Amino acid sequence: MPQIAQILETYASQFFWLMIVFGLVYFTIGHGMLPKVEATMDARNRKIADDLAAAELARAEADDLGDSGEAGLAAARAAAQAKASDAKAKGAKDADARLAKADAEVGVKLAAAEAALSAATAKAMASIETVAADAAADIVAKVSGAKVTPAQAAKAVKAVMSNG
Amino acid sequence: MAGESGKIDPMYQFKIEPLAQLDLAGYDVSFTNSSLFMVLVLGALWVFMAGGMKREMVPGRWQMAVEGVTGFINNMLTANVGPEGKKYVPLVFSLFMFILMANFMGMMPFGIVPGVHPFTITSHLTVTAVLALFSFGTVLVVGFWRHGLHFFSLFVPQGTPLALMWLIPVIELFSFMIRPFSLALRLFVAMTAGHILMKVLAGFVINGLNAEAAWVPMIVSFPAFVLMIGITLLELLVCAIQAYVFALLTSLYINDAVNLH
Repeated sequence: MPQIAQILETYASQFFWLMIVFGLVYFTIGHGMLPKVEATMDARNRKIADDLAAAELARAEADDLGDSGEAGLAAARAAAQAKASDAKAKGAKDADARLAKADAEVGVKLAAAEAALSAATAKAMASIETVAADAAADIVAKVSGAKVTPAQAAKAVKAVMSNG
Repeated sequence: MAGESGKIDPMYQFKIEPLAQLDLAGYDVSFTNSSLFMVLVLGALWVFMAGGMKREMVPGRWQMAVEGVTGFINNMLTANVGPEGKKYVPLVFSLFMFILMANFMGMMPFGIVPGVHPFTITSHLTVTAVLALFSFGTVLVVGFWRHGLHFFSLFVPQGTPLALMWLIPVIELFSFMIRPFSLALRLFVAMTAGHILMKVLAGFVINGLNAEAAWVPMIVSFPAFVLMIGITLLELLVCAIQAYVFALLTSLYINDAVNLH
């Protein structure tokens, strides 16, 4: 086994060169290059953590904005609905009022017309009675020759007409 | 790989050969094939890390891979030691990546170039022992630095009955002192055994193909080759697992030093 057979001849060379080489590895790589690699990794991890925190913040803000937007939308919708129902109620009231006024006007006209009609009817009836009394008096004079006074004739006519 | 007269020596791959003679204060510190592979590992590791240094906010594939490994070590220390474990990430990361790259570098198919063979530096006890001492030494320094002599309370687990006070600290001390050996030997043995097994199986394939009898390649080489594929995949897994175990145990030991019990 050369490792043991040669140990006395080679140990000094092995130690010497290993010290030099491992010293270089330790100081230039372990203490020179490694910290830079780790600094890069740390910087990246910090950046990732920062970015994640910022994204989380932005998400919370967006959530807030969304909530307030929804509330505003709901309020606006409620206001619009209230306005619409108000307008509908007002419109209905207006229509009722106008209808009532028109009804009243029509009623007044109707009443006037009815009154005129009944006045005309009464007048006509009165003139009919007069005509009938005259006719009755004439008929009585012609038939019986008896003279009937207009008052008597009118009394008789009235009695007959009120009977039917 | 091949020794003289066509024999295949599975131990040859562990042999250290000097490439350039070098003496320092009477010690032979020649630049060897082992040193060469250490430098290759350093280069590969540097290239890997440099590719992930673009520092982009949205990482590319390479940067993702580098950040995956650093994040893995970071998580391991944070989970085992707590927030204070971040201080030890450079050490554990260096150990983990150096061992991982060294293990993988030893698995590279450099052998297809004649005269070249990959060398697994983590299959050498001298290397794994030094790495284990880095781990163990950190534990000792951190432990005594933070807790002073109170660090010795590590050897007295909470709730130890007084009647066992003569035994438990001795066992705890023993298990503590054996840590660097187990760290070093585990890695060394795993890599050595795996590479010997692969080399022996490869020897079966090659020697079977070279045999004179026609039935030998079918009976020996083919099954050995299929097994070799499986063992190679298993060995790649072992490379990663051994590096992981080394890093995990180091972080657990550091936890002992930082938080006592």
